[in-house]
Amino acid sequence: MMTEQRSGAWKLGDPALNPGDEEYFIAARNGSLLVGACRACGELHHYPRCMCPFCWSAEVELKPAAGAGTIYTFSVTRKGPDTPYCIAYVQLDEGPIMMTNIVDTDLDLVRVGQRVRLVCVPTDGDYAIPMFTPAQAE
Amino acid sequence: MAGKDQAYIVGAYEHPLRHAPDHSVARLHAEVAKGAVEDAGLSRDDIDGFFCAGDAPGANPWSLANYLNLRKLRHLDSTDMGGCSYLIHVAHAAQAIAAGRCNVALITLAGRPRSEGISGTQVRVRGSNLPESPYEMPYRPVTLNLYAMCAMRHMHEFGTTSEQLAWIKVAASRHAQHNPHAMLRKPVSVDEVLASPLISDPLRRLDSCVVTDGGGALIVARAEVAAQLHRPRVRIKGYGETTKHQDGGKIDLTYTGQAWSGPRAFEAAGVGPGDIQYASIYDSFTITVLLQLEDLGFCGKGEGGRFVQDGNLIAGVGRLPVNTDGGGLCNNHPSNRGGMTKIIEAVRQLRGEAHPELQVPGCTLALASGIGGAIGHRHGAATLIMEREA
Ligand SMILES: [Zn+2]
Repeated sequence: MMTEQRSGAWKLGDPALNPGDEEYFIAARNGSLLVGACRACGELHHYPRCMCPFCWSAEVELKPAAGAGTIYTFSVTRKGPDTPYCIAYVQLDEGPIMMTNIVDTDLDLVRVGQRVRLVCVPTDGDYAIPMFTPAQAE
Repeated sequence: MAGKDQAYIVGAYEHPLRHAPDHSVARLHAEVAKGAVEDAGLSRDDIDGFFCAGDAPGANPWSLANYLNLRKLRHLDSTDMGGCSYLIHVAHAAQAIAAGRCNVALITLAGRPRSEGISGTQVRVRGSNLPESPYEMPYRPVTLNLYAMCAMRHMHEFGTTSEQLAWIKVAASRHAQHNPHAMLRKPVSVDEVLASPLISDPLRRLDSCVVTDGGGALIVARAEVAAQLHRPRVRIKGYGETTKHQDGGKIDLTYTGQAWSGPRAFEAAGVGPGDIQYASIYDSFTITVLLQLEDLGFCGKGEGGRFVQDGNLIAGVGRLPVNTDGGGLCNNHPSNRGGMTKIIEAVRQLRGEAHPELQVPGCTLALASGIGGAIGHRHGAATLIMEREA
């Protein structure tokens, strides 16, 4: 039997944003994943913030990532509310590792090192949440 | 370098209850405070320093100071670093004593998550304004899956197995059978751990700590005070504290903050991991123990699985007796914060007051470690090294 979590199968509300977070989640609604980019040291970071976490330069901007990555680690949570679901850290091809969910696949087949691609799952509000699914059709 | 500015743990008390539906949180704090003061042979008005953390009603010191009617306070510290807060309180109490800011410090922990139905698979909202919340909360991180992701990565990089993790629970259960207050007293086998249901891959129900009501308290006192008491003298010899987080996205879940706080504690104490005769290792989950044993230098990085297997953590059997009270995995994890009970069992071992079956013969040097928060995203880490003086 397949352990599955379909995007859209559970209630996904808008996250509680702090001032400055809007652009990231509006971009997600348009299918794009943004990362923080520092013009001073050249490093990328996630989650985005007002200054570079590596050199504290305020010369930061949001840049779209290609939306491809590799699963650094994951866990399928099987007990508790809205289970099962798969939480993961995905390493983007650009470098940063971000927390996410792996969706639209048999969760029993998820593996560390697996290639994944971006799927932006719309909330029931104004935004979307960047998630990932295996890169090849299963 | 022992001198008048040295600090000693002179009182320790663990609440006997594990389920306390009829007790208020303030009452639990009061009962453990009284127990620790009496254990030390001191009285309420000797207390001039008070330390508490986020489990205290109101998460600040004044409500409990009022309830306990502490009248002589001149040093207060409500540092909250989750489950390791109490190790940090001991360290900060030692620093306050050295700085002349107090003579007798009371540290309390209490809570009733069992009665309140709080578990490790619930999303806990930790207040607004958290900068990471929009980037994490939609993915439903809970205590269990945040630790499980560390276990999954460790297995991937180092070949650690579920059987090896299970040995940590087996050791705790073998110890807990001798503790009449322990929540889970029945010894379990590796197979029984592996047969328990998966909660969040690869962690199973028996990889997880108990959820208990209750608490504990400590008294830390200046050398002159300790010298007048009729209790074994447990000196605070070294300590370290830190936080570890996501480093802007350069995440490495194969180690904890103990990789930094541990060496600082050893350096301050002038001893090494090989000198430690007993260790209380924070055990919210089996993986928490394994990672810290590596980070504290009891074995190399990636060797934790082999280190814990075959009973190596069982008193009288293995090389390093760990959590002889049964730990958070079997005995007690009051208020979902295991740091206090880690210190208390180390004090019992150093005083020679552990269960006779599990007492480390001639135990003079012990370590306690704590983790607060979740190693899967942000956590505090603290290490204490304590020495029994003749
Ligand atoms: Zn920079």
